[in-house]
Amino acid sequence: MSEKRYDYLIIGNSTAAIAAVEAIREVDRAGTLAVVSDQPEHCYCSPLITYCLAGKIPEEQLDYRPGDFYEKAHVDTILGAAATEVKPAAHEVVLADGRVLGYGKLLLAIGGVPFVPPIPGCDLSGVFTFTRHEDMRRVQEFIDGNVVRQAVVIGAGMIGVKVAEAFAHLGIETTVVELQDRVLPLALDQVGSQMAQHVMEEHGIRVLTTAGATSIGGGSGKVQSVTLDTGSRLPAQIVVVAVGVRPNTALAEHAGISVNRGILVDDHMRTSDPDIYAAGDCTEGFDPLLGETRPIAIWPGAYMQGEVAGRNMAGQDDGYVGSIPMNSIQVCGLPTISVGLTTPPEGAEVLQYKSPDGKRYRKFFILDNKIVGALFVGEIDRAGIITGLIRDGKDVSSFKQSLIERDLGLLALPKHYRKHMVSGPGIEV
Amino acid sequence: MKRIYAKEDYCIGCRLCEIYCIFQHSGCDTLVKAFSQKDCLPDPAVRVEEDGAISFALQCRHCDDAPCVAACISGAMTRDPETGAIKHDPDKCIGCWSCVMVCPFGAIQINLEKGKVSSKCDLCGGDVMPACVAHCPNEALVYE
Repeated sequence: MSEKRYDYLIIGNSTAAIAAVEAIREVDRAGTLAVVSDQPEHCYCSPLITYCLAGKIPEEQLDYRPGDFYEKAHVDTILGAAATEVKPAAHEVVLADGRVLGYGKLLLAIGGVPFVPPIPGCDLSGVFTFTRHEDMRRVQEFIDGNVVRQAVVIGAGMIGVKVAEAFAHLGIETTVVELQDRVLPLALDQVGSQMAQHVMEEHGIRVLTTAGATSIGGGSGKVQSVTLDTGSRLPAQIVVVAVGVRPNTALAEHAGISVNRGILVDDHMRTSDPDIYAAGDCTEGFDPLLGETRPIAIWPGAYMQGEVAGRNMAGQDDGYVGSIPMNSIQVCGLPTISVGLTTPPEGAEVLQYKSPDGKRYRKFFILDNKIVGALFVGEIDRAGIITGLIRDGKDVSSFKQSLIERDLGLLALPKHYRKHMVSGPGIEV
Repeated sequence: MKRIYAKEDYCIGCRLCEIYCIFQHSGCDTLVKAFSQKDCLPDPAVRVEEDGAISFALQCRHCDDAPCVAACISGAMTRDPETGAIKHDPDKCIGCWSCVMVCPFGAIQINLEKGKVSSKCDLCGGDVMPACVAHCPNEALVYE
């Protein structure tokens, strides 16, 4: 028997979970609602932990919503308690401490788990992944308690680059090792990556591309070096492994819910069990550009999925159109935004512009008269106008040239489209 | 909720909306005082786009389904549950530019040096006539 039954039970406490809370409460103020998370913290902004590690923001600033958020939304919080089992038939969730909670509707917003490649030495003290608040705390404590002069970050994706930036900011001699031929390979093209790498190097970060870590060496249980496939050995007193994050599916799999690479959901964010929903990085999201589902671990998508899940859990009928992959990453002061496809599909027209001083770069892929991918480096003002055109599948053939040539503005768009966008009473834009 | 709408055919591109937006958010009691302290003037949250005879003023649309709120990784961009307006908290903003990435209107102004969104329309609080509308000489901006 469950100790308490909630109308809505949410496992997870990050953006998808919070969006669901906000959506449920817009529809239903009275239903009982609880948030369960294995993490003890108030909902926090996980992408900001590298900023906090670098000392650029105080820890209090990590809060994603104000301290009285749950109270105001009438949410019971069960934090620091891992959910270990979901029992769909009984409509129950079992926690690690033995407590059992009943639910009417359940949301799995359990995020992703960092992938650690089978490199010998990953179990040494001083080797970390970096996705959670506790990772930040453990890294901080390790740096405070040990002599850390050199760091190696394995992986130059978003997390790797931001961790390297934080280490360099702390005065640690930092090397980033990336298997692909460029930094931020999923977000940027060759030219954009070179601009990013250049600014990283200006900030004292050493970047090694087309380089794989084959082993991590240590002594007395502590990390001392990283050996690369080239045979060279990089001394390091701290190592962060940041080669990717995978959907957290264990709980769903165990419960017999359909899982592929991520938890499978329909456009209402419902899983194969009609009373269990899933949202965020634990799911496979629909990518409208590719017309297929795949794990798309992006923050805006997680929020929108959580919102849709929450509305449907509360009895509304709301469909989700899907997530276009997109990333906004500021690399050592250099702003970059990429939206949609990052490599040109076959037959795509490529439009690009690079400023004479080489500091601003933008590039669009156009397929069947529609923009399917866009990249901005150095200058990102009003990039969202392009995101809107991608999202709407707008035919840009009549004005594509002005998009690449001039400063972005709604003025670059045809009048009828401006009207369509800014629709409402009295609109004549 | 009430929103500000622009009428392209009436806009004469005078940019008084920008001026009065700056003044309104400058904390000064006179226009002259505000513009005499050029160092700390806020950026205007309304922006006139102009190309020859065509011009119009645009600010945050306070979307019902605001993508900037969904995209904000720092909790700086939120919807006011009372008024429905989209609010930006500069103290929480860390300049990740996720809002810029998703705003289909390009209505968010940024300052790369300060590393923050530098201004976003707050409807002047919501309970008064927004300054840009109040001072538009040709009724090219309406609040309804």
